[in-house]
Amino acid sequence: MSKSFSVKKYLRPLLLPFCSGCGGITVMSEFLRAANELGYEKLDKFVFCSGIGCSSWIPSPHFVADSVHTLHGRSIPVATGIKLMRPDLHVIVFGGDGDIVGIGLSHFIHAARRNLDILVIMVNNMIYGMTGGQVAPTTPFKAKTTTTPYGSFEYPLDAAKLAVTAGACYVSRWTTAHPKELKDSIKKALRMQGFRFIEAVSQCLTAYGRRAGFKDSWEMLKWFKEKAIPIESAEVMSEKALTGKIVVGEFVRRKRPTLVETIYRTIKEAQK
Amino acid sequence: MKQLRRENIRFWQGNEACAEAAVIAGCKFFAGYPITPASEIAEHLAERLPQVGGVAIQMEDELASIGAAVGASWAGFKAMTATSGPGFDLMQETIGWAFMTETPCVIVDVQRLGPSTGQATKCGQGDVMQSRWGTHGDYSSIVLSPNSVQEMFELTIKAFNLAERYRTPIILLADEIVAHMREKIVIPIAKNMEVINRKKPEPYEKAFFGLQDIPPMPAVGEGFNVAVTGSTHDAYGIRFTADAQEHRQLVERLNNKIQSQAEKLADVETYKIDDCEIGIVSFGCTSRAIYEAVEKAEAKGLKIGYTRLRSIWPFPEKIVRQLTETAKKIIVPEMNLKQIFYEVQRVSNGRADVIPLNKIGGGELITPEELLEKIEESA
Amino acid sequence: MKKIEVRISGLGGQGVVAAGQILGRAAVYDGKNVVQTQSYGAEARGSAAKSEVIISNDKIGFPAVRKSDVLAAISQEALDKYLKDLKEEGVLIVDSTYVKKIPETRAKTYKIPATEEAERMFGAKIYANMLILGALTKTIGISVKATEKAIEDTLGKKVADINKEAFRKGRSLS
Repeated sequence: MSKSFSVKKYLRPLLLPFCSGCGGITVMSEFLRAANELGYEKLDKFVFCSGIGCSSWIPSPHFVADSVHTLHGRSIPVATGIKLMRPDLHVIVFGGDGDIVGIGLSHFIHAARRNLDILVIMVNNMIYGMTGGQVAPTTPFKAKTTTTPYGSFEYPLDAAKLAVTAGACYVSRWTTAHPKELKDSIKKALRMQGFRFIEAVSQCLTAYGRRAGFKDSWEMLKWFKEKAIPIESAEVMSEKALTGKIVVGEFVRRKRPTLVETIYRTIKEAQK
Repeated sequence: MKQLRRENIRFWQGNEACAEAAVIAGCKFFAGYPITPASEIAEHLAERLPQVGGVAIQMEDELASIGAAVGASWAGFKAMTATSGPGFDLMQETIGWAFMTETPCVIVDVQRLGPSTGQATKCGQGDVMQSRWGTHGDYSSIVLSPNSVQEMFELTIKAFNLAERYRTPIILLADEIVAHMREKIVIPIAKNMEVINRKKPEPYEKAFFGLQDIPPMPAVGEGFNVAVTGSTHDAYGIRFTADAQEHRQLVERLNNKIQSQAEKLADVETYKIDDCEIGIVSFGCTSRAIYEAVEKAEAKGLKIGYTRLRSIWPFPEKIVRQLTETAKKIIVPEMNLKQIFYEVQRVSNGRADVIPLNKIGGGELITPEELLEKIEESA
Repeated sequence: MKKIEVRISGLGGQGVVAAGQILGRAAVYDGKNVVQTQSYGAEARGSAAKSEVIISNDKIGFPAVRKSDVLAAISQEALDKYLKDLKEEGVLIVDSTYVKKIPETRAKTYKIPATEEAERMFGAKIYANMLILGALTKTIGISVKATEKAIEDTLGKKVADINKEAFRKGRSLS
């Protein structure tokens, strides 16, 4: 590994839109590190799709690569059209929790069910950050947000577990307090086929942390570290003991026939 | 058995003609969601596209269907989706995105009777204004309206050609009657069918979203590092989400590239528009009543002419104005509660008396007798 | 040929739509202009079904049938509903298995025991529509050759022979 590595070689010379201390920056650089370590000098074999939300700006327009910035929640359908017509390209979706498992949830489940050959990286900041901190499907129970001033009365969705159930080939969850693990997980996913999902729990001090009483993003990272439970340990813990914890690690790694394989086999048969 | 050996004669359903035309136009990707009365398009393409190496897929909803089609277009392939009113509602957000990102694609709306699920299997023409103003913001649409199986075929090919030529989504606004009826159709021989493909950039080019009215369009994976976005962007695809000038420049160009071509895009069938006292403006299945009504009215000594719109948007103002300059009265029959009517009134600007003839419910067509009655009333 | 407007009506499952499609296709093979439309209730079986075919040498404008030149009724309800829309000098074809009461009419009437014959010949009611088709094509003047090709192209080669046999039987009975 080259010590002099800088993510700049993959980036357009534009100002990044992220607040200081944003977890999105960590996810961006760990992805680029992973690509670099896998030997991709350029990102010309990749297509990046994203929706609407802070994390959708990670690839678009910053990566020197093809990037398609879609509507809120619709990155996975667009990625479907691209991947099916250009199966030779790596199609990567970046999105937030609101984008991927809020407004776009149905597409997420169906893409996993179809085993569409894409990698979805979901930056889970547990809040609608770009719009100023409204409750998200991932917001912890009782957390105060601008639309739950008395604390959220809903329980959050476990997107990683859902991806496993829906049929994903690879699922992992890490936090921005685990950059090395996150990077290794991205590398692993990039070498696989089928539907791959990586959830990166990430800090948003501006829209979530401050209201929740965190002074800075370091405090949030410390909180992630404390709350993180390796999946191996979580397996023997009770539901109650796991409340408020962040289960991290690899949820599944398996092989299933992928959508690209089954569709192109069908095309071949139709042409006989 | 005169024409048995003439292989170019077919007896097709409108939806089947649309699907076959898509294949001929070079469509390689279809995504859709089941809906009456458009499902036959998906069914035919599910069979036909794999035979020509294309992909047809049923998505989880209409949001995903049009999203996948736009994605396929950025992968460098001609793509289509087909739906009806309720699905067309869901597609509006991505129609706006396709307009803003200048993505060629074809959206077929086989109109049925709304609002809401209304009468799902019955014909209506209530999506005329939706096809013009359905998505939010300032945009322009190109909308074609077939009135026969032959035109389902011809206008589908034309829709693909216009999409590629103008780099914009095209709406084929069909209706249940035209989509479900079967008619004799004549397939032109291949060399007489024009197929247009999008302009691709030269390797040195970098401006895919401006600097000219219709910029060249790269595909992903071609090394152009194209940045596609539905947010306001400059000629290079870089977002400017607050800059007034960038927004004006972009949105005015996108509208202008269509509006400036309005005359060229006007596609109409006319009859005696320079010499009539009573005129008719009609489109889609409703227009099938005009031929018999006109014949009977003429037999009664009435001077009558008509303009039948094969393209609805941009509204063919110039040719409709011509009719309003000669005819004193203009009848606008439509299976909705006045949508084209107001356009004709606007264009007429008080010159002619514009008379609505509307019928909704049960999918019942306006008959030649009803139209004739209106003509006689107006005379 | 002047314009001929045909209405075929019965219940869902009686092959009304298939008969209309084959008639239309056969007329196209005979060089005619054709428009064929159909309607049926939401249920696939048992509700009213209707197929309309307009055949002409000239371009066809209005695609729906108002007063028909020919009515084929495969159920009593269909006859009761559509007889009033048959032109006075028109042709009426009924499946006499189901249509028992025919009001007084000036239309030239053919009573074909289509369903009975289909059951007797093939042991299955489903071929009754082909017998009606035989009567229809004979009345209208659509060629046997064109209709047999239309049967093949519409229903597929596998079942073409038996349907063609039923169709020829229908012609001979009218």
